[in-house]
Parts: sequence; C-alpha cells; structure tokens
Amino acid sequence: MDDNEHTDERGPASGGTARAECREALDVLYHYLDGELDEQRRSTIRYHLERCSPCLEAFDFEAELKVVIAQRCRESVPESLRSRVADALARASETERQRPAGRS
Amino acid sequence: MADQQTFADQAMPYMGSLYTAALRMTRNPSDAEDLVQETYLKAYRAFAGFQDGTNLKAWLYKILTNTFINTYRSRKRRPEQTELDEVEDLYLYRRLGGLEAVAASRSAEEEVLDHFTDGDVKAAVESLPEQFRMAVLLADVEGFSYKEIASILDVPIGTVMSRLHRGRKALQKALHDVGVSRGLLERSVDAPA
Repeated sequence: MDDNEHTDERGPASGGTARAECREALDVLYHYLDGELDEQRRSTIRYHLERCSPCLEAFDFEAELKVVIAQRCRESVPESLRSRVADALARASETERQRPAGRS
Repeated sequence: MADQQTFADQAMPYMGSLYTAALRMTRNPSDAEDLVQETYLKAYRAFAGFQDGTNLKAWLYKILTNTFINTYRSRKRRPEQTELDEVEDLYLYRRLGGLEAVAASRSAEEEVLDHFTDGDVKAAVESLPEQFRMAVLLADVEGFSYKEIASILDVPIGTVMSRLHRGRKALQKALHDVGVSRGLLERSVDAPA
C-alpha cells in the first residue's frame, strides 16, 4: 500500500509529516463520512483536508460513492404490497378485537 | 393491544426503506414482499412493547433482519460465505487513478460514477455475501450509525466496523468489475509498479 500512497510534493506540508497525516486521514475516511468521529478528531481531519487536495479528492469521491449507492439502490413500493400490508394489519387488529383478553 | 391506526401512522412511512432492504437481502421481489408483510405483522403484534421515544426505524429493521435470518437463511443448503478476497482500501478510486501523482482532473473519477446504472449498483450490492451486504445496506443506504447497526444485527460494534470495512472494499471491487465489463473502465488502470 505504501507504493500507492500519494507523495508529499502535492501537499503543502513537507517531509514525512504530510505522509503520516495523509495516512491518518485515509485510515478514518469512512468514520469521518459516516459521522462517527468526535468533534475534535473531525476538526483535525477537516484541517488536513483543507491543506491536502489529494486527500480531499479521495474523501469527495468516497462521499459521492456513498450517495450513488444510496440513490441507485432505492426501490418504490409496489401498490399491491401497500394494500397487502394494510389488509394484513386490519385482519390482525380484527382478530385482537375479537379476543378481548389481549395478548397471551 | 396496539392501536392499529397509531401503528400504521408511525410505521407505514418506512415501507419504502424496508422494501428496499428486503429486496437487496432476498434478491427476489416475491420473497421481499413476504418479508416486508411479515415484518409489519410482527411489529404490530409487538408494538405495545415498543418504547416510545426510541428509534422506530431501527426497531423495524431489527425485526426485518431477524425475520430474514430466521426464515430465509435457514432455507439455504450451503453455509453462508463469510470470506472475501482481500483487496486494498479505496479500491475503485485507486483503479480510477486517484491518489496518484498524475491524477486526472478532479471530477473525472466522480464522472465515472454517473455512468453506473441502478442495475449496476444493485447487482454489485447483491453480489456481496450476506453479512457484509447487510452492514453496507444499513450504513450506506439507510444511514444508520454503527451503534444502531450493532443493535440491529446483534453483534459488537467492532464487528460492524470490520464488516463495513471489508464489505465496502468488496463492493468497490464489484463495481469496478461491472464497470470493466460494461466498458466504462479500462482493465489496465492498475496502480503503477
């Protein structure tokens, strides 16, 4: 994985620090996008992203992918299912009414 | 006894989400409809015990998931696949040339995503082994927190994170493979040696 890591010259920081910061950011990329980081760690990552465009682009891509997955997987409910469920609930309710003792 | 109208008012708005998840889980419209109906019936009967103020959507998903596992998984002859090929993090993005010194323009990678159809994404999600598929669905499609997913699937939060991590990588590989087979992506865009 090290070979694929983007290199320092694209980031504003120099030396090994940028690399370590990039790795740290990419390690928690999904925790960040999923809203699972506390505010302190969130702002650390946000600070890094403001200064490191390769990381920002990676984050943007993964965020966009999350949106694409959510949107492209949506299904509309068949009308037949809506009425089936409504009927089933009405029947269940009727059955309960006829048995005033309530739940067993 | 649960008031049917109260239950319906609160629970019915989630049918679209539940049906979406049911279809990805069962991979079959007829089973998905049965699963959703069964979920609503069970939820209705248990509604009296539902704590007001807790998360109704997560509660419905827990019932959906348990019903799926108990009804549909037991029908299978083969044990559920729990292993995935190990692929690197951000698989798809790297294959598109991201994180490399000579990256394409900023939006090029994201543009590729526009070319995936609903069918492409659904097929990629459904190609995941069940436990990874459910974690990815709950997080990415439904937006549940790790804690909620842990409660829905009744597993520790560390397990949720591990399944999500591996499931997402596998999903990216599946999307990449779909993209290659549809000619959206070139096969040879491997990371440079």
